Amino acid sequence: MSTAPELAPDKWLALLEHSAYEVFDIMLKTKLEPGGPEPATGIEFTAMVGLAGIVCGVMSIRCCHESATHVASAMLGVPPKEAGEHAWDAMGELANMVAGNFKNKIDGMSDKCLLSVPTVITGADYSFRSISESHPLELWFRFHGKALHIALELHP
Amino acid sequence: MKSLRALIIDDSSVMRKIVERSLRQAGLDLSEVNEASNGAEALALLANTTVDLILCDINMPVMDGLEFVKRLKGIANAKGVPVVMITTEGGESHVVQALSAGACGYIRKPFTADQIKEHILPLLEGVK
Repeated sequence: MSTAPELAPDKWLALLEHSAYEVFDIMLKTKLEPGGPEPATGIEFTAMVGLAGIVCGVMSIRCCHESATHVASAMLGVPPKEAGEHAWDAMGELANMVAGNFKNKIDGMSDKCLLSVPTVITGADYSFRSISESHPLELWFRFHGKALHIALELHP
Repeated sequence: MKSLRALIIDDSSVMRKIVERSLRQAGLDLSEVNEASNGAEALALLANTTVDLILCDINMPVMDGLEFVKRLKGIANAKGVPVVMITTEGGESHVVQALSAGACGYIRKPFTADQIKEHILPLLEGVK
């Protein structure tokens, strides 16, 4: 029977971080800056991708509306004022690529763990709770001067 | 090489635009770019449209890319048209499934314009 790859949580975090930097570098042609934990105020976009297989869980990317617009602007190569309507789609695709890039970096995982189609939620007045019993792997970045949060919650 | 008619299949409109831009950056002269958001839409479009190149995602709602490639064999307009998968699903089994089903190439996201060029130009050498 297949089992999840043996990898220490700090290694998973490093791979997730590297995956995010790589996607921003290659697909958005822009640099993601390291950041630190911040309160969730102003978080208006949450893009989520589910993982199912030898590893199950949810990877989410959260940021403010302005950052989501900058993500769409960078992906499409158009000014931010022309990119706003594409922010939903861009955030979903961003989550898809970061999650896919992450699992493809772990030996034995890419074939045995599938990704869901992305889901994107907008609005700030909600709380997000995964059924995972473990603490999420969390990364904080700065993008265009604003916070961008990536979390991976894995189910046992 | 003549001007090409491309079909880009992805449920993300942003990704469809990125793929189109990458094809142009790779030096392809695109006379026509058709888009579909899933395999079923693409099959319907191909019933009345002829293209020279198909770029297709795998994970899509309604009909995924692997099913699309399998069903493409029954479409007269698509006979001999190269299909390249562009996807986040990077596992060896996905590559084998796609190539066995009839795809000619496989590109993993994230990708560069150079990777597009490297994978796609050789497939188009016969298109004059």
